[in-house]
Amino acid sequence: MNGTSQMLVYLIAIPLFSAAVLLLGGRALDKVGHIIGTLASAGAFVVGLLEFFAMLSRSPENRAVTQPLFTWIEVGNFNVGATLLLDQLSICFVLLITGVGTLIHIYSIAYMSHDKDRRRFFAFLNLFIAAMLLLVLGDSYLSLYVGWEGVGLASYLLIGFWNQKPAYATAAKKAFVANRVGDVGLSLAVMIAFVQFGSVSFSGVAKGVEAGQASSLALNCLGAALLLAAVGKSAQFPLQSWLGDAMAGPTPVSALIHAATMVTAGVYLISRSHFVFDVASVAQLLVVIVGAITLLFGAIIGMAKDDIKKALAASTMSQIGYMILATGLGPVGYAFAMMHLLTHGFFKAGMFLGAGSVMHGMNDEVDMRKYGALRKYMPITFITFGLGYLAIIGVPPFAGFYSKDKIIEIALDAGGAKGIILGSITLLGAAITAFYMSRVMLMTFFGSKRWDAAAHPHESPALMTIPMVILAIGSVSAGFIFNLGDRFINFLNPVFHSAHGGEGGHGESEHLLPPIVVSGLALAAVAIGVSIAIAKYGRGKSIPATAPSEVSVWTKIARRDLLQDEINETLFMRPGQELTKALALVDDKVIDGAVRGVGSLTLDVASGVRRTQTGFVRSYALWVIVGALGILAAIAVMSL
Amino acid sequence: MSSLTILGLLPLLGSAALFFLPREKELLAKQVALGITTLVAIAGIALALSFNRQESGLQFVEKYSWIPAFGINYGLGVDGMALLLILLALILTPIVILACWHEAEGGRWSVKTFFALLLILETMMIGVFAATDIFLFYLFFEAMLIPVYFLIGGYGTGERAAAAVKFLLYSLFGGLLMLASIIGLYVVSGDQLGAPTFDVSELQKLSINNQTEAFLFLGFFIAFAIKAPLWPFHTWLPDAAKAATPGTSVLLLGVLDKVGTYGMIRFCLTLFPDASKQFGPIIIALSLISIFYGAFLAIWQSNGDIKRLISYTSISHFGFITLGIFAFTAQGQSGSILYMVNHGFSTAALFLIAGWMIARRNSSKVQDFGGLQRVTPLLAWSFFIAGLSSLALPGLSSFVSEFLVLMGTFIHYPVAAVIGTLGIILAALYILIPVQRALHGPTTPGNENLKDLNLREKIAIAPVIALIIFFGFFPQVLLNVINPGAQASIASLNIGGNK
Repeated sequence: MNGTSQMLVYLIAIPLFSAAVLLLGGRALDKVGHIIGTLASAGAFVVGLLEFFAMLSRSPENRAVTQPLFTWIEVGNFNVGATLLLDQLSICFVLLITGVGTLIHIYSIAYMSHDKDRRRFFAFLNLFIAAMLLLVLGDSYLSLYVGWEGVGLASYLLIGFWNQKPAYATAAKKAFVANRVGDVGLSLAVMIAFVQFGSVSFSGVAKGVEAGQASSLALNCLGAALLLAAVGKSAQFPLQSWLGDAMAGPTPVSALIHAATMVTAGVYLISRSHFVFDVASVAQLLVVIVGAITLLFGAIIGMAKDDIKKALAASTMSQIGYMILATGLGPVGYAFAMMHLLTHGFFKAGMFLGAGSVMHGMNDEVDMRKYGALRKYMPITFITFGLGYLAIIGVPPFAGFYSKDKIIEIALDAGGAKGIILGSITLLGAAITAFYMSRVMLMTFFGSKRWDAAAHPHESPALMTIPMVILAIGSVSAGFIFNLGDRFINFLNPVFHSAHGGEGGHGESEHLLPPIVVSGLALAAVAIGVSIAIAKYGRGKSIPATAPSEVSVWTKIARRDLLQDEINETLFMRPGQELTKALALVDDKVIDGAVRGVGSLTLDVASGVRRTQTGFVRSYALWVIVGALGILAAIAVMSL
Repeated sequence: MSSLTILGLLPLLGSAALFFLPREKELLAKQVALGITTLVAIAGIALALSFNRQESGLQFVEKYSWIPAFGINYGLGVDGMALLLILLALILTPIVILACWHEAEGGRWSVKTFFALLLILETMMIGVFAATDIFLFYLFFEAMLIPVYFLIGGYGTGERAAAAVKFLLYSLFGGLLMLASIIGLYVVSGDQLGAPTFDVSELQKLSINNQTEAFLFLGFFIAFAIKAPLWPFHTWLPDAAKAATPGTSVLLLGVLDKVGTYGMIRFCLTLFPDASKQFGPIIIALSLISIFYGAFLAIWQSNGDIKRLISYTSISHFGFITLGIFAFTAQGQSGSILYMVNHGFSTAALFLIAGWMIARRNSSKVQDFGGLQRVTPLLAWSFFIAGLSSLALPGLSSFVSEFLVLMGTFIHYPVAAVIGTLGIILAALYILIPVQRALHGPTTPGNENLKDLNLREKIAIAPVIALIIFFGFFPQVLLNVINPGAQASIASLNIGGNK
């Protein structure tokens, strides 16, 4: 039985209250809004830390705590409480969200200092923190849903923060609609869970699954519905198209929401629902397939992007592909997915902040073809970005080496042809990652200056560089610390294995290849990727100011995001528009037309009377009299 | 006299008082109307506080013999559903009066007449939801048309006369069908009960043969489907909503249309349980068509008229309500009743704000707005929040009701529920496209100097927005009132396999 904690609600209440104050306070709070917002996020972080240490002081089986708040919805036997749950899985997210979140708040104080709507920006950031915390703290799928769409709303508001530009407003709408497609999955998942198990709480569903209350078909449908939700929120194939456009938001938003936290919610959802996927083999296979496709999809797009933020966004998509793939590999994968999620949170947030720092010094230029040689002008940005770079491509002993290597390892161990295919894909992905990230590095910080005349690159102020430094430290050390004596795996073990009472899956299964060989292969892949990048973009290679147009058709397709928008347009948007147009015509000509036909007949009859009595007062009176007489006549006939 | 009668008479007396005011004292007329409706709202809330939430039956019951020769009673009483719908009407009326302070000034008749009509309408709204005698219900059902007809035809805009006539003809047609069914019931009750009656609780005891029941059911159902409105009986609504003043539209879509869905639960399900089950799948199909049809046409209107757009979104929402009613589950029915209340508030907000936008810009075309978020931030934010509730964002009131409807449907009709759930994607489109066109982007030339909400408008919209947020987190306040009646209604249908 879980213990309780009375503090959980403050995690959400503090940033939520702050958001409300900042929004309702109006212009009067313009001068202090950013401070209030940052303190609120920091306050939530402190609560998170206290809860974390309290958790560590309890024995592993008793670490989960709950806090029932009130009855949210109760109809018949459908009963959903507003109850919060903090266990080993959610505390990881709480610390990531509030920790990285606070750093990004601090960074934004400087980054947004010239924006007259900075107060509103901080209100939205706080709203996001609160919604994201609700997402990971809700104890049922329905509470999670509130946070799930809450972060979607915050994301919409922040992508469209500068929505006076039509393209940005469109990007925000696109993100929301793509997410809504995923939300259909989450809705259906809740319904299936209730019909099958009579409960929508995580523990209730877990118990029901364990007791064998649902058929394999129902479990696979549930799994598929959850996967659809995850695919939307985490920008996985085939709902990936919104993420690149979401870079329209201010860069701190890209760092926090579209790299470190919100987009990883899909990984959380699948990990949280491990009890479903562990027994729904078809759904689990779909998870792996989605992860593998997206991993390559993002990597391929990443190679073709000249916009630094879009390159990083493609990389995020690809890295989350790794995590999703890992969660699809069963009990052995969840903890590694989480580890990669956390290390990715550090290094990707750090790199996005670095990109923001570069833009800050370059008049908001995002085209890497107009960068070059910036390492001399922005040394701190260069070093912190560089450490993140080493982490993401997986150079030992940086964070990504540990977390990504493990995923490659378990992919290879998936067994048979599946293992060989997944292993090859993850290795190929590692090579491509090394290539496109080296390309970003080289085009931005090395080579010759290719700036516009107006650019005067300079290092960013301390409020921006300090968060970057802290995240860089995380990028360097997190993997090593997590892996020390498998402590992270052991920490999470009770969450993923409580139902089965089994041991952690790590280390016992048969290895296709010894771990040391896997590491060697991964490093070789990285070396190949880096070498190709250096050969193409390294010293002495000229980088044209505009992207060369004499390229293969494949490059052109990659530049256009593998035609994702064209495909969506052809398959959904245009047919939808045609259908809408057709229905509008039907409504006017057919349905209303029929009614008008009948109506005009009636009116012709009435118009004879109306000729002598103009105005509708009298024509109405006529109707009333006719009606009344009809009633009386009818009643008279009946009762006689 | 009992509480419901007194409550219902108050606005009627107020309207009488208004008629005695001199025509040119327009401000005084407005103040009197606002004062009386506020008083009635407070009285209604006070009455609601003494409602016993444990009971499923009618409360505040009163019954007097009225026309004994025909077995007609003056009978009033409310269950949870009726009580909440009356409260919805009582809360929205003063808000409408405050929000539409200047609406009546361009009308065909005097300002005081406008407000007197609103007050008469309020009495009718109380009566129609409180009537327990089916003849009395019918009288209110038809009499309600009169003030609405004058409100649209006398004070509306554009082709108000044509729209008013269309509304009237549709409603009268439905009313006649219902009247035929009521007479039929009366005859059957005479045969079976010894003495004919119009008392609903007596009529529930009838056992009608299948064919007769089907015909009688259809008479009621079509009248209610026109009122609700359900596809394909809907084409009067966009015209009426476009021509009516925003305040009239609020009451029309927010409250009056609920008489349709209320009637389905109160009369169709309880008087004709077998026919309801028999026609259930067809009505589920019509509901799904309504959800998508309304949504697609709303999207189409994002290039057109904002009032028509909102009325098409309502057609989509009414599809959800009827879906939940004919799913025959406790969750579906409670969800539908909750949906009626929530939709009342979110549609009210949308129409009132749209009305303010139109008054400021002298245009109701979505594309004539643009960039309002920078020019009139409060107005834009209010519209946005109301829109989010319309698209059923979790955390706002409509989410809970829409989800309950879909889940209640899923229990008996999983395929229909899956299809219905897809509607939430279209909802995102029909809200976010006009939001982008009207609120985002660069400021459209001519809009630079539009004024943001004034104090009166802020006071009018604040309670609506507050309720939309409050009921998102605490829907149980309403569900506790709704559940007993809804569960009793479902239990009386005797459908196996209820969750």
